[in-house]
Amino acid sequence: MKYGLKKFVTMLITILCISFLVYLAFDVIPGDAALAALGTDVEPERLAALREEMGLNRPFLERYFDWLLSFVTGDFGTSYKYNLPVADMIVSKLPVTVIMALISFIIMTAVSLPVGIYTAKHSGGRIDRVITVVNQIMMSVPHFFMGIIITYVFGMVFKLFTPGGFVSYETDIAGFLSYIIFPCIAIALPKIAMSVKLLRGSCVGEAKKDYVRTAYSKGNNTNKVLYRHVLKNAMIPVITLWGMMLADMLVGSIVIEQVFNIPGIGRILLTSISYRDYPVVEAIIVLIAFVVVVTNFCVDIIYGIIDPRINVGAE
Amino acid sequence: MLLEIKDLSIEFHDHDVPERVVHDVSFSLAEGEILGIVGESGSGKSMTAMAIAGLLKRHDVEKKGTILFEGTELLHASRAQLRKVQGNDIGIIFQEPMTSLNPVKRIGWQVEESLRIHRPDMSKEERRHRAITALSDVELPNPEQVYKKYPHELSGGMRQRVMIASAMICEPKLLIADEPTTALDVTIQLQIVKLLQRLNKEKKMAVLFISHDLSLVKRLCDRIIVMHNGDLVEQGSAQEIFENPKECYTKELIDAIPRLEKLV
Ligand SMILES: Nc1ncnc2c1ncn2[C@@H]1O[C@H](COP(=O)(O)OP(=O)(O)OP(=O)(O)O)[C@@H](O)[C@H]1O
Ligand SMILES: [Mg+2]
Repeated sequence: MKYGLKKFVTMLITILCISFLVYLAFDVIPGDAALAALGTDVEPERLAALREEMGLNRPFLERYFDWLLSFVTGDFGTSYKYNLPVADMIVSKLPVTVIMALISFIIMTAVSLPVGIYTAKHSGGRIDRVITVVNQIMMSVPHFFMGIIITYVFGMVFKLFTPGGFVSYETDIAGFLSYIIFPCIAIALPKIAMSVKLLRGSCVGEAKKDYVRTAYSKGNNTNKVLYRHVLKNAMIPVITLWGMMLADMLVGSIVIEQVFNIPGIGRILLTSISYRDYPVVEAIIVLIAFVVVVTNFCVDIIYGIIDPRINVGAE
Repeated sequence: MLLEIKDLSIEFHDHDVPERVVHDVSFSLAEGEILGIVGESGSGKSMTAMAIAGLLKRHDVEKKGTILFEGTELLHASRAQLRKVQGNDIGIIFQEPMTSLNPVKRIGWQVEESLRIHRPDMSKEERRHRAITALSDVELPNPEQVYKKYPHELSGGMRQRVMIASAMICEPKLLIADEPTTALDVTIQLQIVKLLQRLNKEKKMAVLFISHDLSLVKRLCDRIIVMHNGDLVEQGSAQEIFENPKECYTKELIDAIPRLEKLV
């Protein structure tokens, strides 16, 4: 538990540092809320007055903590362009991105676990060799290109979905899911390839260790040795990878959202960047960082549960 | 006879030139006896032990001869048949106590494992009780504590004791100890040897003790086999071997003892 607390504190400190750096960066970039409100060709006196009124002339640290406090309470500021609360803009788009990431993640684990175990168990066999080649190909194809291929094959040739015809989950859940599944496959495929490769290698490596010989000497059959002894050890590196991948899926769907014309966080991020709508960009960046850090924290905790040696290393 | 080995040969075919690591070895082991196998590194001791325990790898290895355990052939037995004997009638401990236990499983779970496999009807409490008894049998202090620990929390000597406890949990008739003390400190080596001696007497369990340390073998074993380059060069009672070695290889081994002991 000491270990969990330590990781939790580390997580808080990391979040604090990131938010500080992001706030600092946006403070240094020219342009602020007053300028955005009044436009560039305004008399300097009116600008200065508004700045004073909006509290933009206060010391940096004071403004930072102010911003941080409102951020934590869910007030992410106001969009320069739409004059709407950033929180409302993001919250309405967040479910699409999160659901997509979760579905991609579930596809990835559900496929790579059995395939990885199978190839490890039959390593060197014909199917293993075929899968190794397929993996190699999958890994070298970037997911947006995978998206284009999937759009072409499933959307245009087999007509399983209408490319570009995104259905909102609010109007039609089934329609939404049957559309979203294809971008999710595009996101998951390269990651499946990577985790199959890692899991296979990890299992094969573990199977050579001395404790496996001990397990056989007690009368375990191959399956018991695999599932009761090898797998838990072999999963340790895989879980690290999965943690990184979950974070990557949450933040990395930006490109795929473009390919499949999905109105998620990625869409707002891109438009906000092009309009220099800083509060929105800032909020999304901090949220992304937050997600990555929290995911890492969860991975560390799972790690500590699986591998009893971790707790000692932390002390 | 508990164990009878006739013309055992083991040949590896994983290189272009086949490598014969055990060559026409025959010996036997009576119930409750302690038999020592000595020989320098690479003489085929471990491979002989692996063959008896059914742990030779499955590919690229050619094995000839017979291994009779209580009259049943083991060397060419099916996997399923072998598994009934492994951990149940034959227990084995290895040279590497630091890595022979699964790092992510609790000691208790690992000690009980053979019981779970071979006595599936036994209740959980009974298993736990037996495991804790076994842990105290191998003279581990606070067996209840050790039961809950993970391997990395124990020293090498303690881990080797845990290995002995888990190999003995089903009260096997034969315990194979493949250089169980080589990786341990000298004082711990003696303790482990004394422990094996005690368990042999109390449980009437035969021990096949493999070592390249003649002084340990002399202390422990009733009978000794000397191996060299995969051949069995000499066998006899401990007394015969030490007082009247017939082969010059055995003489060399014996002559090497005092020098080594002086070094220690
Ligand atoms: N998988 C293998 N493939 C080919 N040769 C092997 C294999 N395993 C062991 N050998 C060879 O078998 C020979 C006998 O090995 P073995 O492990 O039985 O020796 P040992 O007497 O136990 O030595 P040590 O005292 O070092 O444990 C060695 O020459 C070794 O190189
Ligand atoms: Mg050996």
